[in-house]
Amino acid sequence: MFDETIINMLIEGTWATLYMTLVSTLFGYIVGLPLGIVLTITDKEGIKPNAVVYKILDFIVNLTRSIPFLILLILVMPLTKLIVGKSYGSTATIVPLTIAAAPFIGRMVESSLKEVDKGVIEAAQSMGAGTFSVIRKVLLAEARTSLLVGVTIAVGTILGYSAMAGAVGGGGLGDIAIRYGYHRYETDIMIVTIVILVVLVQILQGLGMMLSKKLDRRHT
Amino acid sequence: MAEQQVILEARNITKDYGGGRVLDGVSLQVHKGEVIVLIGPSGCGKSTFLRCMNGLEQIQSGQILLDGEVITEGKTDWTKVRQKIGMVFQSYELFPHMSVIDNLVLGPVKVQGRDKKEVTKEAEKLLERVGLLDKKDAFPRQLSGGQKQRVAIVRALILKPEILLFDEVTAALDPEMVREVLDVILELAADGYTMLIVTHEMQFAKAVADKIVFIDGGKVVESGIPEKFFTQPETDRARRFLNTFIYAKGGEKA
Repeated sequence: MFDETIINMLIEGTWATLYMTLVSTLFGYIVGLPLGIVLTITDKEGIKPNAVVYKILDFIVNLTRSIPFLILLILVMPLTKLIVGKSYGSTATIVPLTIAAAPFIGRMVESSLKEVDKGVIEAAQSMGAGTFSVIRKVLLAEARTSLLVGVTIAVGTILGYSAMAGAVGGGGLGDIAIRYGYHRYETDIMIVTIVILVVLVQILQGLGMMLSKKLDRRHT
Repeated sequence: MAEQQVILEARNITKDYGGGRVLDGVSLQVHKGEVIVLIGPSGCGKSTFLRCMNGLEQIQSGQILLDGEVITEGKTDWTKVRQKIGMVFQSYELFPHMSVIDNLVLGPVKVQGRDKKEVTKEAEKLLERVGLLDKKDAFPRQLSGGQKQRVAIVRALILKPEILLFDEVTAALDPEMVREVLDVILELAADGYTMLIVTHEMQFAKAVADKIVFIDGGKVVESGIPEKFFTQPETDRARRFLNTFIYAKGGEKA
């Protein structure tokens, strides 16, 4: 159906999409996980309430989350250029992807950690556990299944964002879909990229859910 | 008992919650080896009092002293203080993702930095004592309420606290499980553990207590030895409270 160049391009595009998605998710968590933890513990119901810290972080998260990704992508181009050296291609796309993902991940981490039963946290405190022990041994340990479900959602969302970056030469499958499907009316190539994207999301989703089920000890 | 050293003491503490005064000048001394049972109607502040004693709730005024040192003022190292004040909760609060043995070992190893092997051995010994050694690798969800609560008691014991606080530990249990938990506490009392217990089980209170403290409206209304309190309470309020536990045919008031 397609010649070799097209097939190679699709394979490369798939790798580029995976590369952008996974690296951005990783960076997103490097920022988002601590962010979510701080949001959780500094909340007025948290173990180290601090209204000032909470409000500042809460504001930043809301602010970043309300900028549409496509606009953020363009907005941070100077920064991208500064970090990566160019503003197009898949490596460059990681910068805006991470900036968009971190606050979103922070929120998800926060909501996962807040699901942890307050009584269990108090039990740990009553045993003399300090803030760091409570975070590591109780919050993160008890919320791990929910956190993993969060990772799955994050990967799916970031994958979607990465495709959007194709509009401004971001590389990957989204880029191919827009260049061939939109600019050149080669609908068949666009459909193939969509199929690959769907399959990717399904695989990642399935992996995440499987892992999170495996780690869940609360139910039979 | 009078010669024994005071372990935990509340001096005229008050606690406000949601605009209301939950504790209104409560004072109490717990001596070494003493078992004090707090009773009173629901919402009287007895559980709140217990939670104030290990800093889970902050007090508005008054002082709390542990081994003669004020812990409610200045810079208190709560992680140190709380290791000396064990607490058992109404809804067990075991860590659901950890096996029974991991629940027990976590505190001593992570908080007290003790050797894991040695603690595991001790945990097994204690589990055997409460009849749950065969459950050591089980997860909390696989245990009955009574079993969970016995594990929770062991989890508090293994930190070797100077005093144990029990917050309505049988309130969430089916009647036949209440007994197995209370038997463990009775044994601890016989072993000389210092305990402060909040309960609604009057027969148990009578059996375990050295002293009954009756709280109502955030105040200590009456306190005394159980023999006297349950038969000849001094205050009208205590008498009325005790009467609610007596049933007569046809619904007459006893």
